[in-house]
Amino acid sequence: MRRGRRFGLSNRAYWGLLVGMAAVFVALVVWYLVSIVVQARPAFSTLGFSWIFSKVWDPTHGRFGLLPFILGTFETTAIALVLAVPIGLGTAIALAHLVPDRLRPPLSTAVELLAAVPSVVYGLWGLIVLAPVFRSTVEPFLSSVLGWTGLFNGPSDGVGLLLAGVILFVMVLPTMVAISRDVLAVVPVEQVEGALALGATKWQVLRKVVVPGARTGILGGFTLAMGRALGETVAVALVIGNSPFIAHSVKAPAATLASLIVNNFGEATGTELAALFGAALVLLVIGISVNALARVLVKSTVRGGAASVAVA
Amino acid sequence: MATTLSFDASSDPILQRRREIQGVATASLKRRKVYSKIAVAVCWAFLGIAIIPLVAVVAYVVIKGLPAWNPDFFTHVTTPEGIAGGGVWNAIVGTAEIGIIATGVAVPLGLSCGLFLAESEGKVAGAVRFTADVMTGVPSITIGIFGYIAIVKNFGYSGLAGAFAIGIVMLPVIVRAGETAFRGVPPTLSEAALALGARKSVIARRVVVPAALPGVITGVLLAVARGLGETAPLLLTVFGNQYMQWNPTKPMNALTLVIFENSSQPYADLIQVAWGAALLLMVVVLVLSIGSRVTAAVLRREKR
Repeated sequence: MRRGRRFGLSNRAYWGLLVGMAAVFVALVVWYLVSIVVQARPAFSTLGFSWIFSKVWDPTHGRFGLLPFILGTFETTAIALVLAVPIGLGTAIALAHLVPDRLRPPLSTAVELLAAVPSVVYGLWGLIVLAPVFRSTVEPFLSSVLGWTGLFNGPSDGVGLLLAGVILFVMVLPTMVAISRDVLAVVPVEQVEGALALGATKWQVLRKVVVPGARTGILGGFTLAMGRALGETVAVALVIGNSPFIAHSVKAPAATLASLIVNNFGEATGTELAALFGAALVLLVIGISVNALARVLVKSTVRGGAASVAVA
Repeated sequence: MATTLSFDASSDPILQRRREIQGVATASLKRRKVYSKIAVAVCWAFLGIAIIPLVAVVAYVVIKGLPAWNPDFFTHVTTPEGIAGGGVWNAIVGTAEIGIIATGVAVPLGLSCGLFLAESEGKVAGAVRFTADVMTGVPSITIGIFGYIAIVKNFGYSGLAGAFAIGIVMLPVIVRAGETAFRGVPPTLSEAALALGARKSVIARRVVVPAALPGVITGVLLAVARGLGETAPLLLTVFGNQYMQWNPTKPMNALTLVIFENSSQPYADLIQVAWGAALLLMVVVLVLSIGSRVTAAVLRREKR
């Protein structure tokens, strides 16, 4: 008896197709990494390696120090994290364990939807709405209360490091809360009930059982949020004031690696263009390190599941 | 024999000690309860602090954006500063074309990679998976730089270059979401098809992909929402264009570009347009996110 015609690709062709597609994807990523390294090389060959940590950015005189921008990148991220870590963790705990059951799904959905709001919208809001408030109220108030620390010297411009950090905080908050809430919610009920049966109060259960159980996942979420804050471009470029000098006050205008690239890319040529590619390379190295770290941390707590979808 | 059973409870050392311990325990319980109340209240306060700015962003975009929505806003192209009555029609066209092209390329490629990851174990798959994971988090501006190096340097600024960059932003999200969805399909389904003599490619097309469809749709729509909201890669690849441009091989405009360019202008009408564009973008992104959930829920219910 003749065998019926078999439908579809042979197993070998099908497998070849899948492997081929995966190879295309990996090739794209390799092309992406290599092309940035290659384009940044002229900057390293003409300026040496020390230019990355040189303080002066002055294209007309051929000085392309990246230090102010590296500092700006880390400073804005630090401000964002100082606000986001306690508030994000508290919000996640409240959403996972304190909010009444009926309110939990809508609030969780709202947080996840907010995570999808484009960053440029946060930038627009920061520049038009928040900057005038910062100029007239928040920054003078902080200067009068915390002026003795020396961190709040100089004029209150509204735009600057502080506003950029606050905008980043608002921007990363939904992501951070969504991930932390996922890992906090998967702590086994038996452990929670066991602790309650031993007479622990609600807070003791949260602090000694729930948070430690989800610790690495939370840490991973925070690191991911940090990666986002480090690499955010347009929201920061709109509110940071874009000054190529090292800021000596939290209120002062500054710039980050990403905002430097986006503001100078249009007119840059020659060594300046290569220096901008170099800035992209530095940013990429920082971003990949932070993200790889976050992936490893999240993976050790939850395998697959809700958290990895939220991360994506 | 008379036994003295007189028992002086108030001076018995053992009972005394016990009362002391109980006193300490009660005090400690009270203190623990107070601590607990305070800490829980702090968590609630943080929830409130977190909600305020997020609600404020959404509220401002709606309140400031809605007045910008008039027929001209949707049908006229952007105007330079000083000329009143511009719209964002060219930006809508640009964002739509860039989004469609990027999705059209990234979805088949990304889902194939997802299928590859779901069907294979070992070091190669692990490396591909790690690549995808790391790519979801690289700064999007560096992807814009790549688009500039790879496409713009050779062919000039164009909508296609933007679609290339946006496609790369979307790819890793689709890969990972696809893998998660495909892995969720019960192996018994594909084993049954295998027992009937179906080839792997047929199983993938007829069994695995349909069964994983809810998850796939959610992942793809989330990736599209993320891609449409990107600004930085577009700044370096499509450049922006004041005029109407249907041809994706030429510089185009996009909604995110309009918001970015207009928001730093000192003209009220341009900022108004920026708010309108922000509202439009937010509505599109929210519709995609909610749509993905609803579609997934409906598909899941039909399966049961």
